[in-house]
Amino acid sequence: MHIHFIDPYQDGSSFLHQVDARVKLVLVLAFILITALVPPGSWMIFFLLWVITLSLEIQSGVGLGYFIKRSALVLPFILAAFPLMFTVAGDIIFRFTFVSWNIEASTAGLVRFTSIVLKSWISVQIGILLIATTPFPDILTAMRALRIPRLLVMILGLMWRYLFVLTDEAMRLLRARAARSGSTGNPDHPTGGTIRWRARTAGGMAGNLFLRSLERSERIHIAMLSRGYDGEIRSFPREKMRVFNWFILGLGMMVLLFVMVLSILMGA
Amino acid sequence: MLLSVDALHIPDGFLSITVSLLAWVISIFMVGYALRIAGKGLDERQVPVMGILAAAIFAGQMINFAVAGGTSGHLMGSAIATILVGPWAAILIMTSVVSIQALIFQDGGLVVLGANIFNMAIVGVAVAHMVFTSIKRIAEDSRKGILLGGFGAGWISVLLVSISVALQVVVSGTSPARIAIPAMAGVHLLIGIGEGLITVGALAFLLSVRPDLIQPGRPRLDTSRSIWVLGFILTVVLILLAPLASTRPDGLEWVASQAGFIDKVRSPIYELVPDYLLPGVENESLATILAGALGVIIVFGLGFGIAFNRWKSQIEGK
Repeated sequence: MHIHFIDPYQDGSSFLHQVDARVKLVLVLAFILITALVPPGSWMIFFLLWVITLSLEIQSGVGLGYFIKRSALVLPFILAAFPLMFTVAGDIIFRFTFVSWNIEASTAGLVRFTSIVLKSWISVQIGILLIATTPFPDILTAMRALRIPRLLVMILGLMWRYLFVLTDEAMRLLRARAARSGSTGNPDHPTGGTIRWRARTAGGMAGNLFLRSLERSERIHIAMLSRGYDGEIRSFPREKMRVFNWFILGLGMMVLLFVMVLSILMGA
Repeated sequence: MLLSVDALHIPDGFLSITVSLLAWVISIFMVGYALRIAGKGLDERQVPVMGILAAAIFAGQMINFAVAGGTSGHLMGSAIATILVGPWAAILIMTSVVSIQALIFQDGGLVVLGANIFNMAIVGVAVAHMVFTSIKRIAEDSRKGILLGGFGAGWISVLLVSISVALQVVVSGTSPARIAIPAMAGVHLLIGIGEGLITVGALAFLLSVRPDLIQPGRPRLDTSRSIWVLGFILTVVLILLAPLASTRPDGLEWVASQAGFIDKVRSPIYELVPDYLLPGVENESLATILAGALGVIIVFGLGFGIAFNRWKSQIEGK
């Protein structure tokens, strides 16, 4: 079994697939920034942002199920904001007694909590949209264009290239352990001895993985040297931005600016 | 299973803009400094090492082991990366890991990426380095000292990263101090043990097959003492702040209300914008309504135009 299915890029020929990665990266960052600035309780603005996201998702042709499935990833963190419902002072919606605590949920708390959840859910979807319609190497080029240091982009590029190889390696280690330890399928009876033993095995696997990757990096370095590597990774010169892309950038920025002004006006 | 989400990657929407920007400033400064040191001190051989080790840390986070009652221990990786390649390279490696997780797997947000880099790449690495080198030196580089140092580095770095996450969320006003801090610290006090145990297991394996990777005498990039001092300061501050903030939250919540100064800055913007918007319309509230209506029409038109196009092309395709 191979792991390249974790590459979130979905091939396609939609309008979004054709927009330059630089434009998309800038617009996505601006979109999330503006979403973060929206004051809590601005339902109209959240709705607008969600409509923009949804229509772009439909346009991308990737399939809405993909976005819903992946955006569920933010759910666990929502727990962190949940207590706000009960600690922000305001009109009380309901109260109940738990052991000896009097717990009161307030409207203000509910507004804050819902706003945080909406913001993070919308932001995560626009991020998925970027990565589902842009091959990662294009994003790396876009990062260079945005003046992110060359050394960091080089490390990110190499990391991306070997991510799948090493994830495969880790999966092989996990499979080998599963094959040797015999599972009962019952989570209350973890297999393979004491916690100390299990930790030692997992640690050995991790150490093994790091050792293999260090040795692999030595081989990769030799392979790079033999192909003329001198500390500089060369790539094709960046494409010039076409008029179409400038137009999309301008249009996107205008829409975002508009949403921001609207959110300020409606907040006032 | 693959895209394991733990509470250490903050998603977008959970931090205030002030906290996000402040974290970006600190992270950019620190990563920039690490890049300069790495660029100066290292031969070109280190670039593939850092890239591939970053991929290995990402993959290594999949390795878990059952602890009890359905919970499992797994790796964050700051400690083992620090021990293997030294703190400066580890900052770059963890920055890459956290960035790829945010960009590609939405594990952590993009605008809050600065904060996630600060937590896992800077707090995680500096604290792990401080703990590991201190214990190792006290134990005079013995095998026991290295293993104990690895355990301490893994455990304490996870604990302090979780406290740092909790403090940022509290200062942003997205979680109450008296719940968030004890909950995060309590849970990670246990999760950290898993990190410590895996780190020890990995070190024990490496010490027996390739001791040259860990034993002293190996040239490293940790020529600077500043990262030890940084780790020490971060440890002391976070350990002191955590109980203080959760038992007497008034101080921190005061900071939160001050840090929410964006809300205060907004009012002068309210006063400015209407004058510039739709200048032909005298009445301010009418201008607001008109602007709002216009905005709704534009965005809806755009949204439904796109959706309709898509729908039409799908019909034609069939």
